[in-house]
Parts: sequence; structure tokens; C-alpha cells
Amino acid sequence: MADDKDVLRDVWFGRIPTCFTLNQDEVTEREAEPYYLLLPRVSYLTLVTDKVKKHFLKVMKAEDVGEIWFEYEGTPLKWHYPIGVLFDLHAFNTVLPWSITVHFKNFPDQDLLHCSSNSVVEAHFMSSIKEADALKHKSQVINDMQKKDHKQLWMGLQNDKFDQFWAMNRKLMEYSTEEEGFRYIPFRIYQTMSDRPFIQKQFRPVSPEGKVHTLGILLKEMYPAAIPNEGEQKRYQAVIHGIEPLLETPLQWLSEHLSHPDNFLHICIIPVPTD
Amino acid sequence: MSDSAESPTEPLKEESRPPADEQANNEEKKKIDVLLKAVGDTPIMKTKKWAVERSRTVQALAQFISRFLKLDANEQLFIYVNQAFAPSPDQEVGVLFDCFGSDGKLVLHYCKSQAWG
Repeated sequence: MADDKDVLRDVWFGRIPTCFTLNQDEVTEREAEPYYLLLPRVSYLTLVTDKVKKHFLKVMKAEDVGEIWFEYEGTPLKWHYPIGVLFDLHAFNTVLPWSITVHFKNFPDQDLLHCSSNSVVEAHFMSSIKEADALKHKSQVINDMQKKDHKQLWMGLQNDKFDQFWAMNRKLMEYSTEEEGFRYIPFRIYQTMSDRPFIQKQFRPVSPEGKVHTLGILLKEMYPAAIPNEGEQKRYQAVIHGIEPLLETPLQWLSEHLSHPDNFLHICIIPVPTD
Repeated sequence: MSDSAESPTEPLKEESRPPADEQANNEEKKKIDVLLKAVGDTPIMKTKKWAVERSRTVQALAQFISRFLKLDANEQLFIYVNQAFAPSPDQEVGVLFDCFGSDGKLVLHYCKSQAWG
């Protein structure tokens, strides 16, 4: 049996082949070639697209360049969701490479948060980790860390350094031996069919009677339509990092191994393709 | 984020009655109690407890507080949950209430400068 630690590595190094195309309405001095890039699933769009930006700026005048933003088939992509979540949610059953349109004007204030620099991404990322630890350990682990430890988590993500990140992150994945897991599992359930951003509630890894909570039990509680009744056809896929984990998988294990670096387990509910 | 253009006094309702005689009609169920506490030299609000719609975003709430306190447009306002983390601006207060509320209310701290990183 493969070591569970290998899973962490596989998750970290997950990549999505992506083709960036400049929006047709942008004013350019000559035609802009598309730009191809392997996007890390666990990172953030604005953090890994410096090269994309540079590439398109070469054909544009400075006065035509506003804040960069990204769109897929008419949907503005939220940079503050992990890249893998955006792909699974909007483009899971489509052909690769993922085709993203790049914009430099008409920033959609209603849909997207501004991102003026990497420090905005850092603040968002660290807040997510702190929120997750508030659920997991009543903030005790993250508060016991020093400023440099927080920096190590961020630098690990920013520079794609698996060992640097996990040397610190493993502390956030620990729990005392008297417990059977975290206090609550930090999870978010996304769905394209709703305007609501996501479902997030308190949910324990083990029931008061000592029964281990699985992915299936979580979904049944939070999003019953995701689980087909007996004899019914499956209507939805529950996707994490591009795969459909078995519904019998214990949540605690998923939280420790399939969470994003922000320490949340991001679950995308997408309709089963009808063709 | 979509309701950012609303007037500051409309969307939030001052908690004038004790919760006991609240008839829990549908309208009220969509609202949660939020307790707002100032940090440091940030001005306090005379009314601390507010009934807030569950779907209201953190950003909309911050804008409401900023206008209520008559802060300058260039002054930032930070909001914290559990004195531990700053929720994402597009986070719904209903979700924060479900995860971090206690005794039937959500306690949020607000501050003009970063307080908890």
C-alpha cells in the first residue's frame, strides 16, 4: 500500500494545462499570441500569472492596461479561490487545456476582489489558515506559532516549496491522542447551480456516539441532492482535487490529506454530464 | 458585495426588543444577532447589537460601520472573528455565525488598523 504521505505530494504537485488568451476587446498594437502555462492546483491565479501578464503587456500600451482579471466562458474567476477549485467547479468535464480569457479593463467589482499585489494574496491565505485552525484547534496551534513560522507557510506556497511548507503545516494537522480528530473539519462545499458562495458549517470528524463521519455523511447532511437515493441515477459528482473520493472515506483523513494549503477541504458539487 | 450601494441606515436593524418576544417569522429567521466591538482607538458604536441578514457580506458590513462612524473614504476598516482572523470580504455573516457564533450571537471586532495579523 502506498504511503499516505505520497498523497500530500501528489496533491501539492497537481497541475492544470492552461491556455491564456487576451480578451478580444483589449486595444493592442499587434496581435497577441496565446500563452500556455501549467497552473499549480493549490495556488492562486494572481500569484502564478506574472509571466502571462508580461506576455500580453508586450503588445499593449501602458494607458490601456488596468488591473488584470481572468474569465472562463463568461464567468469571472475569483482569484481568492484555489486554482484547482476554480477548474473543478467551472471546467471539470471539459477538454484540456483549460481556456482562460485575460482582461485588462472593465474590472467586475461586483464579482471579484481587487488584488493589487502578492501581499493581498498573502493576507487572504493566512486568514484562511487562521480560520481553519479556529475550527480545528480553537486557534491554539496557529497562535503558538511565531511570525517566522507563518512566513514559512506563505513562502512555501509562494515559491512552490513542498518541504518548506509541510515542515510547518504538519503541526496544523496534529491533534491530541485523546481526541479522534480535529474539533471541527474545515470544509467548504461549492456548487455552480447557486448564487450562494459556499456551504460551511461546524461538522465533527466523529459523531457523539463514536461513529466515524465520512464524506458521504457530510454530503448527506449539507447537500442531500449530491447523494443518489437507492435505485436513482447519480446526478452530481463530489470532486476534490480533480477526483471523486469514495463516499466511505473518513472526513478526518480527507482533511489531513486532501485539504488545500489554506487548510480547508474544498469540495465541488458539479452536475454529471448528460451526454 | 452586490449590495454595497445600499444606504447605510437601511440594511441593518437596531435590536430594540429583547429576543424573547420576537415572533420568529420567516423574515427574522434570515437574520442573526451580531455584536460589534471596537478595538484600540477605533470609535465605538453606541448601538452594539444589530440584527443582520444572513446573506450580508463582511464587506457590506464593513462599509456600513465605516459610514456609521463617518470614517474618511480612504480609511480602512478591518473586521475580525474570535479576535483570531479576518474573514474574506465576500464571506456571508450567516456562515460565520454558524461556525463561530456563540450564545446565539456572532461577536465581531472592528479596527482601523490591523489587529490580529
